[in-house]
Amino acid sequence: MKVQDEFVRKLASQDKRADGRKMDEMRKVTVDTKPIEKAEGCALVTIGKTKVIAGVKLGVGEPFSDRPDEGVLMSNAEFSPIASPELEPGPPSIESVELARVVDRGIRESGAIDVKKLCIKKGEKVWMVYVDVNILDDFGNLQDAAALAASAALDTAVFPKLDKENNVDLYAPKTKNKLPVKFRPVSCSFHKVGDKLLLDPTKDEEKAASARLTIATRDDGNLCAIQKGGDVGFTADEINKAAEISVKVGKEMRKLLK
Amino acid sequence: MDKLLKNERDFVTPGEKLVDSMEFLPGRNCFREGNGVFAKKTGLLHVSGRVLSVIALNGIYMPQRDDMIIGEVKDVQSNGWVVEVGAPYQAYLPLSGVRGYLDSAKTDLSKVYGVGDMIYGKIKMVSSTQSVHISMFDRMCRKFSGGRIVAVNPAKVPRIIGKSGSMIDMIKRYTGCRVVVGQNGVMWLEGESPKVEDFVINVVETIQEKSHVEGLTSEIEKMLKNSGIKPAVQKSDEKHEEGDRNEKE
Amino acid sequence: MKKVIGMKRNDGRKPEDFRELEIEAGVLENATGSARVRMGRTIAVAGVYGPREMFPRRLQNPEKATLQLRYTMAPFSTDERVRPGLSRRGKEISMVSGKAVEAAIFLDDFPKASIDVFVDIIQADAGTRTAAINAAAVALADAGVPMRDMVSSVAVGKIDGTYVVDLAGKEEDASACDLPIAYMPNQDKITLLQMDGDISKEDLKKMLELAKDAARKIHKVQVEALKKRWLK
Repeated sequence: MKVQDEFVRKLASQDKRADGRKMDEMRKVTVDTKPIEKAEGCALVTIGKTKVIAGVKLGVGEPFSDRPDEGVLMSNAEFSPIASPELEPGPPSIESVELARVVDRGIRESGAIDVKKLCIKKGEKVWMVYVDVNILDDFGNLQDAAALAASAALDTAVFPKLDKENNVDLYAPKTKNKLPVKFRPVSCSFHKVGDKLLLDPTKDEEKAASARLTIATRDDGNLCAIQKGGDVGFTADEINKAAEISVKVGKEMRKLLK
Repeated sequence: MDKLLKNERDFVTPGEKLVDSMEFLPGRNCFREGNGVFAKKTGLLHVSGRVLSVIALNGIYMPQRDDMIIGEVKDVQSNGWVVEVGAPYQAYLPLSGVRGYLDSAKTDLSKVYGVGDMIYGKIKMVSSTQSVHISMFDRMCRKFSGGRIVAVNPAKVPRIIGKSGSMIDMIKRYTGCRVVVGQNGVMWLEGESPKVEDFVINVVETIQEKSHVEGLTSEIEKMLKNSGIKPAVQKSDEKHEEGDRNEKE
Repeated sequence: MKKVIGMKRNDGRKPEDFRELEIEAGVLENATGSARVRMGRTIAVAGVYGPREMFPRRLQNPEKATLQLRYTMAPFSTDERVRPGLSRRGKEISMVSGKAVEAAIFLDDFPKASIDVFVDIIQADAGTRTAAINAAAVALADAGVPMRDMVSSVAVGKIDGTYVVDLAGKEEDASACDLPIAYMPNQDKITLLQMDGDISKEDLKKMLELAKDAARKIHKVQVEALKKRWLK
């Protein structure tokens, strides 16, 4: 929609946004970690009107042969067609895969969970940790909503009880032991509109943008994942500035996790 | 006359029996079954003599002849333009619906209306096979440049416009904002500043939320009076917007 | 599971009681209409889009609209993780639940179009298809889709000789049968009926009556949810 794109660009060129936010300001973020009981950990996250829910399930499985003493962490994000009129049912779109991959990189490849502590019996049985994110309402910036929900769900997750054969006892209440979380990654996404970077874009801003940058940070302020997308490039200055904001905003968002 | 089971302006849901009598007729959003008249949609009952109808509270836009709509050009073809109007059926703007003679062999039609352009057009025809034709012959019809687009609930458009345009005129008068509301639930606006536009959007949201409240007009007027917005002298190019005064509630 | 004998069940309900039922309409903003239904621990979220243009075009029905319901379980909704994507079970439930609500819709009003209903099960503790249908019906009415009636759904079972309404959790395993229905309360018509188990035709008669009674009560909660959404 040309009218809307031009409107967003015109505002951005004056350092303004349609909803009155500053360029580096998030919409209102909420985290509810008690939406359901069946999952080992769960979080309903809203950023503005964007709404996602993440759940953690734990199972027992065999370790990979090259890593016999490490548990397995898997994360996945589903773009349900419930979330937007633009989505059609069908196999996961490329955007859905990218979203899931970036969440996965922030959590798994960055080592947010101490997988060595997920070993039950070396070479035979380890914990399998699944983090699944479902998108309920897409009003822009699914990436950060998904990453925050995944972190919040993992942060509150507890182990289920094991039976005598070291399998999950589905009938026993869960233990109070928390997952070995080393840090809680939180991501910040910037969309480039004209020559301006907009943190936490709305749907209209995403559509008017030419490129985007997602930076995930850890509790200690270090970065743990970066993903650049879109057609145009960023200067090193822009990237450095985005990193600085990510650390600062990440710290604020982490306060919403208990 | 047999007694109504529900009263004027009562909230009704689909399947609810409104009357058990042949003396009443099913109007808009109602249906007859046996002797009864039933609600077909979630909404408010409206009794007009012997005709029962339901004022819907939500719903998608269904094109009707002579509706003024705001649509997005989706495709430029050799004989016209495909226009998305938010209905279950795409609309078509044929070359014959555009003022002046256009020879598609000599004219680049995308220079007239390109993909992504927002246009204010009139529904010319809806055929029995759901083909929807638009024309730009009405004097308010045009392509928008500048301003911004906001989606509104198509079911609430009559309320936003008000009886013979009273509500929308009031908003324009108090804010100096140029506003066009398409029957299909798309609103275009352009004000002095984004702040004024935000305020207008806020007012329109309030109208949608409280559409069922009686005395809404005075409540909205109060909201507008208290806004502190002082509109600049109206520009003379306002003639375009006059059109939506013709809307009926 | 002998504990369920007598008048009280594990969760303290009487045999004819359905679980604590909470319905909220208009929970999603992108969808034309939406609803969240919680029946005990089972939670369903439904979103309706349309009537909208149907793609691919070759599937359009020139006579009437096509209703497509897609039921999916969130991977974390159950005790053991469910693989994402459509399972055979999911496809079957999508189909029967879709037919159950379709019966109430004036499809003829929108030739060629599609009405898409998406139901996500956020938590599953038995009775997911009945929760899905209750949520779908409220979401459709919320979306302003023209309907001849609402649709209310509940399951009935038989545990140790007693008919019980709205089986929860492990009751499903203890029951001699599971008989979910969907019901149009004003039309007095049953639009979904499934059963597996072992019952007599006298059982069926009584269970249908019990289910209809419960469905009528559920209908009241559905109507209240819509009222609350639109007259706030």
